[in-house]
Amino acid sequence: MNRQIVKLFALIVALFAVLVAFTSYWAVFDAEALKEKTANKRPLLEQQRIERGRILAADGTVIARSVAKGRGDNLRYVRRYPEGALFGHPVGYSFVREGDTQFEQLHNDELVGEESEFVSLLDELRGQAQEGNDVVTNLDPEAQRIAMGALEAAGFGAVVAIEPDTGRVRVLASNPPYDPNRIPFDLDELNNDPTSPLLNRATQGQYPPGSTFKVVTAAAALDSGAITPETTLDAPGTLDVQGQPLSNDYNESFSGIALDTALTNSVNTWFAQVGEEVGSETLFDYMDRFGFGSAPAIDLPDDQVYRSGVFEGGDLLGRGDPVDVARVAIGQERLAVTPLQMAEVAAAVANGGVLMKPRIWSRVVDPDGRVVDRLDPSRYNDPIDEETAAALTTAMEGVVSEGTGTNAAIPGVPVAGKTGTAETPFNDACGGADVNQAWFIGFAPADDPEIAIAATVECTTAFGGDIAAPIFREVAEALIDE
Amino acid sequence: MRSARNRELIALVPVALLLSAGFAAVFAQEQAKVGDLSLVYGAYFLAVCLATHVFLRLKLPNADPYLFPLGALLTAFGLVMVYRIDADLARDQANWFVLGLVLFALAVHFLRDYEVLERYRYTIAIGGLLLLLAPRVPGIGQQVNGAYLGVKLGPLAFQPAEFSKICIVIFLASYLREHREMLIVGARRVLGVTLPPLKHLGPLLVVWGAAMFMLVFIRDLGSSLMFFAAFLALLYVATARFSFVVIGMTMFLAGAWFFASTVPHVHDRIQIWLDPYQDPTDSGYQILQSIFAQADGGLFGVGFGQALITIPGTNDALLPAAQTDTIYSLIVNEVGLFGASALILTYLLFAARGFKIALLADDGFSKLLATGLTAVFAIQAFVIVGGVTRVIPLTGVTLPFVSYGGSSIVANFVLLALLLLVSDRARREATAAARTGPLAPEPA
Repeated sequence: MNRQIVKLFALIVALFAVLVAFTSYWAVFDAEALKEKTANKRPLLEQQRIERGRILAADGTVIARSVAKGRGDNLRYVRRYPEGALFGHPVGYSFVREGDTQFEQLHNDELVGEESEFVSLLDELRGQAQEGNDVVTNLDPEAQRIAMGALEAAGFGAVVAIEPDTGRVRVLASNPPYDPNRIPFDLDELNNDPTSPLLNRATQGQYPPGSTFKVVTAAAALDSGAITPETTLDAPGTLDVQGQPLSNDYNESFSGIALDTALTNSVNTWFAQVGEEVGSETLFDYMDRFGFGSAPAIDLPDDQVYRSGVFEGGDLLGRGDPVDVARVAIGQERLAVTPLQMAEVAAAVANGGVLMKPRIWSRVVDPDGRVVDRLDPSRYNDPIDEETAAALTTAMEGVVSEGTGTNAAIPGVPVAGKTGTAETPFNDACGGADVNQAWFIGFAPADDPEIAIAATVECTTAFGGDIAAPIFREVAEALIDE
Repeated sequence: MRSARNRELIALVPVALLLSAGFAAVFAQEQAKVGDLSLVYGAYFLAVCLATHVFLRLKLPNADPYLFPLGALLTAFGLVMVYRIDADLARDQANWFVLGLVLFALAVHFLRDYEVLERYRYTIAIGGLLLLLAPRVPGIGQQVNGAYLGVKLGPLAFQPAEFSKICIVIFLASYLREHREMLIVGARRVLGVTLPPLKHLGPLLVVWGAAMFMLVFIRDLGSSLMFFAAFLALLYVATARFSFVVIGMTMFLAGAWFFASTVPHVHDRIQIWLDPYQDPTDSGYQILQSIFAQADGGLFGVGFGQALITIPGTNDALLPAAQTDTIYSLIVNEVGLFGASALILTYLLFAARGFKIALLADDGFSKLLATGLTAVFAIQAFVIVGGVTRVIPLTGVTLPFVSYGGSSIVANFVLLALLLLVSDRARREATAAARTGPLAPEPA
């Protein structure tokens, strides 16, 4: 019997080895995959035991904070948003069941105080609980409130305001808003709302840019040497482009005009010709330099910021693809852009041709009040040179002083800008009515820019100069008064 | 044989260290909640262990020196884990530990001549079966998670299967000791397969029938598998016929497959095992949470007292039955793969000592009894650990010595007492033989 007993023991050893193998699989080899499973609430439950840091506006206004519930083993923290719907975009929300979005998601590591393995081991030995850091943003509550108020009066849309020389994002407003405090209760309802309140129109709205795109066309033409500020062209009332008439407003014709006059009066046939002169390759090249075609370099999650460019279906067209460059040059064709992208165009021109990376965060402060990290403004690209930027600024000043954008004028402050009114007659989102996408992009003061802004209103019967330019003015006034 | 007891005493030192360290860790972790009573528990536990050691010195001086420390080690580890879940449960567990040692001492005292068990083997077998059926008796039976495993007599609740396993092993050891020759000699080869003689096939079919009956009646795949596997292990050791094991296992799987498609509870358990994600919040909840808890543990675990057992802010279980069925998952969660592997190694050492006793014993009944007790113990550990790690379907047997539960603790100490009784005689005779025959090897 002894041989059998030894064999039986060998079998037991083998069975126990299987147990160790399976335990290794679950505890080590498959552990990361298991933590990703939606049925696994442990990572979120662990996280809600950490006091997540606050999110503050530039002036110290609390945008998000955590409140303790229960005690002992039941202690957990729940997110509160004292400003309600004001900062629903771009701050997003963070809840155990509903997850994290937008700024809350991207800055999660700072907010929960994620540390290196070694430091957290030391903390554990010292009996210190993991604590989150506060993140201070560049957002200006007063300007944000003005932007939201103006949008609510004008319609659905977005406002983005960026400091041209630092990339600091001062306003990022999207209408309709949502109140992040309601997310645990109304998420399904908000998701199914036909007005898409959870869509951050500032970074996810993809709109036809209309005539605001002429700034990009002019930048490409000047910077590539296709034209100079003095180059004059005849601009007939209507031009035949690829078998379709391309017309100016009221079919007005101009003869021998240069960039200033063309931009001031938003002359379509002038820019169409310039676009063809520049060519699609060069135009796409300059679009890329401004950030078109890539996810915006802002500190929001990549899947929650959309790209801008010429789209075919859902695909972005590139340099070699056949496009109607004359219509791209005037902001038509299949162009779709985000308000953030257009604000970056204005900011690049304002900053002498240097585009800074847009940044919502400003500094990270630990629970003891020490600043542990501070925004170091960095350049994204130099899309155009300084002379080009200067010539464009002069032309854009004309738009506000005597052209389509006079409603953006601020008494005593030189303003540079460009209006846009894209016809969106078949837009389902607008109920198919005959409506426009109204735009204004610009910066002020034109001689020493403090702020660059893009404002847009969707599904409106008004023109950019009438409905978007006043929003620009209100927000700019709030930001340059400081 | 004083040296065996001295080794036992030395082996108790690491147990003392582990227990003190474990209680101190939980104490440091939850100081605010539990107070310094925790350290009293540790001292109390060690005092009881020392008393048992002295008792063994007097009663079974030759018995295996490592089995009791291994059992104490597992109990200590279990106490720390249960204490970490709920201090009140740990107090119960400590009381049962003392009760277990009392029964352990009684068994050692009254069963010195354990052959007496052979004489009552049918009585014991019937007793074991009645115990198994008790949970289905209206009024005293209890259903837990769809399986009938508990009995409640007034204030006393217990799991009869824990005691039944000892009864059945005693019966099988005795029965097979008597009939093993017949089973071997009478075996015939039919179509290349060695079959037991028809005359003796009957009792074997009865055991198979009993296992199937349990499956249907008690509705517990785990205990059914545990009993039947122990039976096959004994049958194999007694007859050296591997084909019997193959036939038996085939019959069991065929029966299990048949009942899995007809008994809803068993069917559900198997479906959940195959695909727990089909119903992650209800029927698949326990096994999924068990695995998620292990994933949280990693190599070294999150530390004593750190794992989540309930959902914070509620009384909802995040790890259901953490003190019983899924205690192994909690162990992996808190002490990691390394700690859990050490636990499995401890079970393996226990099994190794148990089989060593069987090897040393020189009469058939002693050999089979030691083999059967060790096998049923090891298989029980495999069934529950395999259940929570998804090796096999999850069922409701306890992790011997570690899980919370009086029946488990008490029954396993009785099992330990029987093993030590067999050991004491085997080693005494081996030593005596060594003295008379100079060429006989010294027993280890």
